[in-house]
Formats: sequence, C-alpha cells, structure tokens
Amino acid sequence: MTGEPLLSLKHVSQTFASKRGDLPAVRDVTLSVARGDVLCLVGESGCGKTTTARMAAGLAKPTAGTVEFEGADINRMDRERHRAYRKAVQFIHQDPYASLNPIRTVFATLSAPLRRHGLAKNRDEAWEQASDLLRRVELTPPANYLAKYPHQLSGGQRQRVAVARALALNPRLIIADEATSMLDVSIRVGVLRMLTRLREELDVGFVFITHDLAIARYFGAGGRIAVMYLGEVVEYGATADVIDDPRHPYTRALLSAVPDVDPGPEGRRDPGLRGVDIPSLTALPSGCTFHPRCPLFVPGTCDTAAPALRAVPGAGQEVACHVVAGKAGDPDAVGQPAGSGA
Amino acid sequence: MTETALLSVRDLRVAYRTGGGRMVEAVRGVDFDLYPEQTLALVGESGSGKSTLGLGLLRLLPRTGHITGGEVVYRGSDPEGTDVLRMEGSRLRRWRWSEVAMVFQGAMNAFNPVLKVGDQFADTMRAHLPRQRLGKAQVRERSAESLRAVRLEPGQVLDSYPHELSGGMRQRALIALALILEPRVLVLDEPTTALDLLTQRAIVDMLQELRAERGFSMIFISHDLALASELADRVATMYAGRIIESGTTPDLFRAPRHPYTVGLIRAVPPVRAGAVEPVSIPGAPPNLAQLPPGCSFAPRCGHATDACEATDPALRTVEARPAGQPSHEAACLHWESVRLDTAPAAAQDGTPNDAPAKEVAQ
Repeated sequence: MTGEPLLSLKHVSQTFASKRGDLPAVRDVTLSVARGDVLCLVGESGCGKTTTARMAAGLAKPTAGTVEFEGADINRMDRERHRAYRKAVQFIHQDPYASLNPIRTVFATLSAPLRRHGLAKNRDEAWEQASDLLRRVELTPPANYLAKYPHQLSGGQRQRVAVARALALNPRLIIADEATSMLDVSIRVGVLRMLTRLREELDVGFVFITHDLAIARYFGAGGRIAVMYLGEVVEYGATADVIDDPRHPYTRALLSAVPDVDPGPEGRRDPGLRGVDIPSLTALPSGCTFHPRCPLFVPGTCDTAAPALRAVPGAGQEVACHVVAGKAGDPDAVGQPAGSGA
Repeated sequence: MTETALLSVRDLRVAYRTGGGRMVEAVRGVDFDLYPEQTLALVGESGSGKSTLGLGLLRLLPRTGHITGGEVVYRGSDPEGTDVLRMEGSRLRRWRWSEVAMVFQGAMNAFNPVLKVGDQFADTMRAHLPRQRLGKAQVRERSAESLRAVRLEPGQVLDSYPHELSGGMRQRALIALALILEPRVLVLDEPTTALDLLTQRAIVDMLQELRAERGFSMIFISHDLALASELADRVATMYAGRIIESGTTPDLFRAPRHPYTVGLIRAVPPVRAGAVEPVSIPGAPPNLAQLPPGCSFAPRCGHATDACEATDPALRTVEARPAGQPSHEAACLHWESVRLDTAPAAAQDGTPNDAPAKEVAQ
C-alpha cells in the first residue's frame, strides 16, 4: 500500500437493536484504503461486510469508532466538506436490475448527478459528458445507449451503466458491494477487467465486497484483503499472502471449500470444521467466536479470550488466532480435522 | 451400472406462452439418459433452459409453460417403462415424489411458512402412503430418521417453523423431505446457490454420501461448473434451450469440444495457484424469442464461419463408447479444431465484452 490512506475505518462497530436483543453486526474493525488501491472484504453472509461498506460510504453511522476521509471524521465534517466527501466516494450496488430507476433513460440517470453537482451547465454539456462516461465503460457507440431504458439492456450492460453513474463525479473511491455476483459467468470477467482498467487509468481506490474468493483473488491482485467472520476481521493482508498462503483456520476452511474444476494431484481437502452452522449474532460464542467450529480449538484458551489481529512470524498478513500466533511455524496442523464432523 | 436407463428423455420441447399469445421455446429438443446410481449435471447460464427442463421432467411447469413435444420414459420397477407425459391425476401425483423427487432452488420458498416442518413431512407421507395408515409416532419416527440422515437434530427441526431455521438447515431439511419416500431419482435445481461456501461444501459432501448409501440417481442443475464437476459422473452443457455438449466429467472439463463449454471454463478465475488469465465470452446470451439463425452461439463464437449461420448443428460424436457408458458429443461444426488450451482469445482489452455483437433484441 502506498501513500496516505484515502479512507480509514478506525475501530468501527455497528450494533443494531432488535427484538431479540442487540445485534453486533460489526465489531471493532480497523481498515484503510489508499488512492488507486483495492481492498477486498470477503466472508459469508452475515459476517458484516456489507455493513462495513455502508459505514465507509456514510450510508450508516457507526455506533462506535470513526470513519475518516483524508484524515477527517465524516460524521463531524461541515456541510462543505461532507459534500466533497459524498462526491468523492461512490457506491455500486449488487443488483443492476434494482439500482437503476426503470423509468429513467440512461441519459437521465447519468445526467442527474452531473447537473446536481454543477459539472454540466446545460443539456448539451451533459450529453457530451454522459457519452464520455459510456465510452469509459465500453458501451459504444454511446448514442445507441443514451436513449435506452434499463429494461432494454442486458444485465452486464446495466451494471456498466451503474459503473458509469458512479464515475460521473470523478470519484476517488468506489465501494462495490457484490457488483458482479448477479452477472452470468460468461460476462463477469469482462466487467471486472473494465473495473481494473478504470482503477489503473483513473487512480480510483476500490473497496470491493465479495463472497467469491476467486473473484477477490483476481480483482484484488496487488491490493489487500480482509476476511471477516461474525463482524470481525480475522485475517488482513496482501491478497497474494492471504489467498495463496492463508493462516487463519477460517480462511483455510473457506479456501478448501471452494469447488474446483481441476483439483490437482492432491485432490480436494476437507475443510475439517467441527460444526457446519454459523452461530447467531445475538448469542455469540465466548472468546474467539470461531472456536465452536475451529479445527485448532484449544480448550481453556480459545473459549475464554478473544484474539486480536496481530502479525504472524514468517507471514505478511495479520491474523486473529491464539493458536496460529503461538505456533506459526506449523500451520499445516490446520489441514487435519481435530474432531469428528458433527 | 446396468445398461438400461432409468429415465430416458427424447427430443423434449417446452414452450412458454407470452403476453402476445406467442409461444417461446425454452427447451428445444433435449435428449438424455439417466442411469441408475449416476449423477447427471445440467450446466448453463440464466435463460439456458436448465430449470425449465428440470420442472418439465416432473410435470411441474407453471401454468404458462407447456410440453410441446418429445418423450420422457421412466423405468422404475416396470422394465417396459412409463410414459411420464401421459400420466395424469392421482397416478402422476403419486409418481412424483415417491419415484422422482425434487429439491427446489431457494429453500425459503419451498416450505409453507405457516406450517411447522414436521407437519409438512407428515402431509407428504400421508398423501403418498395412504394405505400404510401410518400412526403419528410412525410418521414422526420416519421424519426423524430422514432428518438425521442429513445431520439435523429432529427434535429441534420438526417443531420449528421454516423461518426459525438457517438457510443451510432449511436446505438440508428440504433434501430430507425429498428423500423421505426413497425416490430413485432426485432432481436438484441449484440446491446450494443461495448458501455460503462452507454450507455448500457440507451439503455437497452429504449428497455424495447419501447417494453412495441409498443408490439413487441425481440430476444436478447448476450454473457453477466447478461444483458440477465434483458431483457429477456426466455433464451436459446447455445453451439457449439445447444441450450443446455432453460427456463424462473429464471429457467436458479436460477436453471440451464446444466453444461455449471452453468459454465457460475459461471465464472462471482460478482460486488456486496458476495465474491463468480468465477470458470472458463476448456478447450476451441470446433472447429466446429471437434466436439468431443457425447455431445460436455463432454470434459470440470465435470459431464461427458462414456455415454456422446456415445450420443449427446437431450433437456429433466426439468419442463413441459402448452402450451404458456416455459418449462424448458436441453440437459444433468445428469441434475438431476446438481445444481448451488453444481457444482463440475472444475478448481482449478494449473489446466490449458484453456489448452485444448484434443489437439486443427486445
């Protein structure tokens, strides 16, 4: 990672109040992303990755901790500053069928932010700029698309329009929440490749949320990745380190569970988990929240104290695990299941 | 493996009635055989007709859907076979679930939300086994046994409403419900799509074990090639309502001969070592109401020639095998020159990958 962080989350937490008690969706997460950098958030549903992204985008206010944009707390900025922040940080949603207004043409969708923020003085300027945006996202010739409504576009084209809208205000950071998971396999890589090109050409930073580790590995190449479990970051480091040499038993289990067309000579490895079901957020396990499922579980340690993220000797990434931090020299112990699968 | 197929499908066609009274064919002439204790994976993207085919096999199509042609023969205990498309009324209802059961996509919607899971198990058994006059205790015991087989705690699950279970538990309960009458064929429509990776892994491993124990056959419908490759003995790729390539799992994943199968494999970035650059397929899947002439994949295909636009190729034998073993077949005029490792790089940087080669018809 290079340069000053553009956006940093400092010890942010988000607790929702529900009928069944407090729901700690995100607990004490500290992450940052620099200009032109990419940060992938991965994890299973309910791990808090979307809530984290919403806090980063200013769409939800953290119940504890701060979100800082260029060093200033976004929830204490003056109006002027906050407006600049909202302009600089854009969000791409998962479902391009839901995120585009069905009764607006592509031109109406793209020109609204341009006019609102005074980037285009009149319709002709807006048309010109909207055309440029469509060329950026490879929808050419733009004239074929500007007058169309979302229902006249395919899923991939819609997601490209959503990207063009996010680019309209020359953002410095784009937060993409599962932006490619609704797209068919055959067109997904095309959209990812375009996003990578935009990141390189425009020096835009990305917070990229995905449950797909292969997508994180591909899009997050050269960047950083944070693996989340039950609201906490359990492993954080360079994408290559985390995906190719995972250290946390949860990350290792996730990676071994990925189906593979060609599993290679050693074949598939058993995730070795002791339990299948994810505990409820309203009744979090004591100590390390992964301990009821963890193959490395050490009674007396893991179920009493919560491990903090810390650097592991011999690895580039930080890991929140008592056992790995204690005997990092022998990570292969993770491969063998400790107990019989329940 | 015996040599007679349990389920034979010939030239099956399914069409949906659309707003203007027109019929749009979603399944356009599909042939396959399912053998005992085998798993056939139907792989394709959205709109390829794979789910429609699954529903059609059980005669569970929505009201706008019609089977417009073809033949489905089921050979359970009767070696002569039963014509599934001619079955009606109670005979059809009885056959469904006791012989061929289905695990639907999205377990949330498959259960009745206002009935306890246990009651739904009981309903199923009473409707299908009226002559056995099962008592409450027997019904409960059988339900519990079925739930234990999918590693669920019967005491907890039977007395719960569907919303009280997690997604993974619901999906396992649905598999238990599908297996309760010990069907010979299980059709699974994207059974793990909405589930997390570790839950998916647990369910896939469990299905493998159950199949080995009980010896049923599976039709596994999925968009996930890698997942299909783990479960299936045979794989068929579908595109625009037709099977365009079929063969054993190694045939399709190691030596695919249809450009679409090659494209699908190359479009998935790898998670493990080996920095293969993924390549997407240009264009977008076709609109079934306005299919291109000839081969429906031709507008997106790097191998396409003029001949491809003139003829819609039938499946050709790539490698013939003796009866009972699946041959490798591909519906491509140029299959001999299609290889996984030498596929033309279809989408380079700067090429709009999903901007259609031809205007998207609406």
